Amino acid sequence: MYKLKLASAVIGFSIASSGFAATDIEWWHAMGGANGEKVNEIAKAFNDSQDAYTVKPVYKGNYTETMTSAIAAFRAKKQPHIVQVFEVGTASMMSAKGAIYPVYELMRESGQSFDQRGFLSAVTGYYSDQEGNMLSMPFNSSTPVLYYNKDLFAKAGIKTPPTTWEEMESVSQKLLDNGVKCGFTTAWQSWVQLENFSARQNIPFASEANGFGGLDTKLTFNGPLQVAHIEKMSEWQQNGIFSYGGRRSDSAPKFYSQECAMFMNSSAGYAGIKKNAKFDFGVSQLPYQGSAISEPKNTIIGGASLWVLQGHKKEEYKGVASFLSFLSRAEVQADWHQFSGYLPITRAAYDLTKGQGFYAQNVGTETGVLQMTSGTPTANSKGLRLGNFVQIRDIINEELEGVWAGQKSAQAALDEAVKRGNVLLRKFERANK
Amino acid sequence: MNLWQGAVLMSVYFPHKKLPYLLVLPQLVITLIFFLWPAEQAFEQAFYQEDAFGLSREFVGFDNFVYLFNDPQYYKSIWVTLVFSFSVAFSGLAIALWLAVMADRVIRGKLTYQTLLVWPYAVAPALAGVLWWLLFDPSMGPIALWLQYFGVDWNHFLNGDQAMTLVVISATWKQISYNFLFFLAGLQAVPRSLIEAASIDGASPFKRFWTIVFPLLSPTTFFLLVINLVYAFFDTFGVIDATTQGGPGVSTATMVYKVFNDGFIGLDMGSSAAQSVVLMFLVGVMTVIQFRYIERKVEY
Repeated sequence: MYKLKLASAVIGFSIASSGFAATDIEWWHAMGGANGEKVNEIAKAFNDSQDAYTVKPVYKGNYTETMTSAIAAFRAKKQPHIVQVFEVGTASMMSAKGAIYPVYELMRESGQSFDQRGFLSAVTGYYSDQEGNMLSMPFNSSTPVLYYNKDLFAKAGIKTPPTTWEEMESVSQKLLDNGVKCGFTTAWQSWVQLENFSARQNIPFASEANGFGGLDTKLTFNGPLQVAHIEKMSEWQQNGIFSYGGRRSDSAPKFYSQECAMFMNSSAGYAGIKKNAKFDFGVSQLPYQGSAISEPKNTIIGGASLWVLQGHKKEEYKGVASFLSFLSRAEVQADWHQFSGYLPITRAAYDLTKGQGFYAQNVGTETGVLQMTSGTPTANSKGLRLGNFVQIRDIINEELEGVWAGQKSAQAALDEAVKRGNVLLRKFERANK
Repeated sequence: MNLWQGAVLMSVYFPHKKLPYLLVLPQLVITLIFFLWPAEQAFEQAFYQEDAFGLSREFVGFDNFVYLFNDPQYYKSIWVTLVFSFSVAFSGLAIALWLAVMADRVIRGKLTYQTLLVWPYAVAPALAGVLWWLLFDPSMGPIALWLQYFGVDWNHFLNGDQAMTLVVISATWKQISYNFLFFLAGLQAVPRSLIEAASIDGASPFKRFWTIVFPLLSPTTFFLLVINLVYAFFDTFGVIDATTQGGPGVSTATMVYKVFNDGFIGLDMGSSAAQSVVLMFLVGVMTVIQFRYIERKVEY
């Protein structure tokens, strides 16, 4: 199967790159549907704006498929110039020193004027090295927010959405008393309830600054605050305040069907909720532990960024650099942000969107941006840089499901997840020495 | 009489020494390129640990295997695989046989009936998974709501056994069509005269089926058993990936799903290769057992 993928990647590439006068820039991405069409539109706008380069976007399937095919292509020396990689693949990409062309170096060596300060630090922090140099170009970023059912809130006489976890409990209880079946549910449990929970509470998810400091990082999400939080959620799972609805965003139907009055999910889920919810809904910031902190930190992003791969001609990299500059233009960014629901990545794009009155017309779309840009990111809220992180998330899913099913205590599950996760981190360290 | 004896009795003398080799050559080349070479690669990879891009590679001996067999989760996944595979093979064969026997007896509208039964085979495994996933969604799925109406607390997000039932249904559903086709063809090859003779002797339909039809179907059943087990062992990660992703906990994480997940999603090539070597070995042993012990009971 691996061979097959490799072969198809090779054939696909050789067909796609024949016979054009302008220099071709291959861009592999994972944006299907309407977002995919928008990607084509962006590439076309760039191609029309100059004659020297032609950017060719190629849809390669979902995030993992795109990343795997790019890696297979790299092994066969047929890699694209640009590939879109999801945030959890960051550590794998970063460690592949001979395979990637860091964006800051690319921009410098191609003579593009490039000011990193224009970008939102909560976004670029995830994709920068220890010195703050951007290694990849953020493209589509999102962050978890709290969606709530305004109709059910009104019925229960609740005026404002909860801001702390303590209020989550009291508000949910009030909803239950008024006949609602469940208080809240969550999508992406590891991302929302552990990774972002830790960031918001400003406690480490892993040692060595969440892995930014080196490969010898160890998981630390079995600390007292996280354990208390998961313990509480397990208790809530039993009494109906929380209801687990599956991995990824499988829990969405619980919110759509009004079974649960609140839903924690990615800010990029806005369009889907707008389409499916047959009720009035609001968007609010992710709650924080009021008993532990007075002011929450920013949340961590999810989504993907664009990585430039090594092994092409200098002339072609000039094209890549000018395309990345084009992508970070305020009007391109603002258009993409407003269309897709992903966060803006530059301050200028945010201001432009605000100036156009977009947030006033689409209430709730600004919540993610505000939450992500509140305060300066700390070592605990800058992001995560952990190898084998896809599998670590699987482990967390497995262990948390044991908690929700009442088979394990929060402490035992998180301890076990940390232990199993650390084995994978050591494997990654060994493979990437 | 088994296949080998049959071959000896029917053997024909070929004057050319080289021609037979030439004739099987394309088959050998295909086997070599598409089966043996990848298998050898997996075998080799199982002794290395390397980063995703293949920039560095370290020989680690049996480390990948040691790691696997020290992982309690891996033993669980072997057990999950056995439960899953035998459930899929058994229910797929049983339901398809039942449908085929019924379809064989239908006189009017036979073709329509048979065509409809074959349709699910055209559905991609992952899509079939999603279809059943939606039907059984605890909040919105019609079947789940219907079950809840009858007092069954259906929630496959938390209940491992229910999740297993669901993936077994999804994986079996489309395989039924395939089995059905073979069983129907097998049934039509059963000589009518035998059945008629039995009925004249006063054998009930049930007796006729068990003593005449079922034994005569045994080559088909055996063939399908092998095919279905191989399908359940290797071809079902799409269904699992599109639905449970191995959860809740590890209750539906089969071995092949772990190979796929650790290799293609986790990019841990060494462990994934080691797992596929173990899987190859296991299925190899099983196939030998099937051919040695079960095939003896088959009447050709």
